[in-house]
Amino acid sequence: MNKNHYRYVLRLGDNALILGQRMTEWCGHSPLLEEDIAMANCALDHVGRARLLLSYAAELEGEGRSEDDLAFVRSDREFENFLLCELPIGDYAFTMARQYLLDTYHYHLFTELVSSSDETLSAIAQKAIKETTYHMDRSRDWVLRLGDGTEESHERMQVALEGMWNYTEELFERDPVDVQMIAEAIAPDPEWLHSKWQADINATIKKATLSVPEKKWSLSGGRNGLHTEAMGHLLSEMQHLQRTYPGLSW
Amino acid sequence: MLKGHLPLWEVFVRGRRGLDHKHIGSLHASDAGQAMKSARDTYTRRQEGVSIWVVRAEDIHASQFENDASFFDPAEDKVYRHPTFYEVPEELKL
Repeated sequence: MNKNHYRYVLRLGDNALILGQRMTEWCGHSPLLEEDIAMANCALDHVGRARLLLSYAAELEGEGRSEDDLAFVRSDREFENFLLCELPIGDYAFTMARQYLLDTYHYHLFTELVSSSDETLSAIAQKAIKETTYHMDRSRDWVLRLGDGTEESHERMQVALEGMWNYTEELFERDPVDVQMIAEAIAPDPEWLHSKWQADINATIKKATLSVPEKKWSLSGGRNGLHTEAMGHLLSEMQHLQRTYPGLSW
Repeated sequence: MLKGHLPLWEVFVRGRRGLDHKHIGSLHASDAGQAMKSARDTYTRRQEGVSIWVVRAEDIHASQFENDASFFDPAEDKVYRHPTFYEVPEELKL
């Protein structure tokens, strides 16, 4: 097994799964009925993507684990998602700001992964890029609406961006896993993604009459299994059925 | 806080190429762009369509029920308006 290849795909899968799980928390609680349905749709896109990626990660690992084993019986220290994905949903401004930052990241990432030397990853990216293009269109729309909306919505969107800004550097870190993936033409260079991402985000923030937050400090660790206190609570809810009734199926 | 409802929109979806758009439901949205996205998520998530129209409900002018007698009843005894009184030439019959 190529451990770095496995971890690269696992990280992609974990980001999709944990963000998707957060999004499902709005089901039945969204501010508008139409938003409730739209958010659930997009959440399921993420969970579907997580299934493809975690199945593939399990295959790369080659130890007989399944996508369900990876999703439901790993502990928080074994998850390698970005901290940004696991932060609590907050208000709708926080949720949509996070979606936008991550949708834009995924948009550029999957655009590059389409031409990955890993054919399976390329196929997954080809499916995901269509979904992500819509997700980004939708979340950008909300950043603009709330940023350039009422005094209260503007304030909330600005506070949301400030609150998550220090978690964004983690998206573009480069460790030995990334170095090997770049060398094998499996994945793009995070530095390149960063410049594409930053240009898009800055343009949208400006258009939304918001200001780009100042980076005062930076938090990371998710990709090495060091998570925020929110992660354990998320997993306890997501995993409780499989933990209580191991192997249970529909 | 949201005061009252956002404007109402009627949604029309074309199921397949070649078919016409059919009224499928309605939703609330603040403008056409938002209405289009919500229509996509609410009404086409099970592959129901290949094209969507959204129209502000207030822009649709509907015939009124109290006019039914003068609007529609007079057509009842005008069967000659159906092209059934013509001899169709043999060559045209299917």
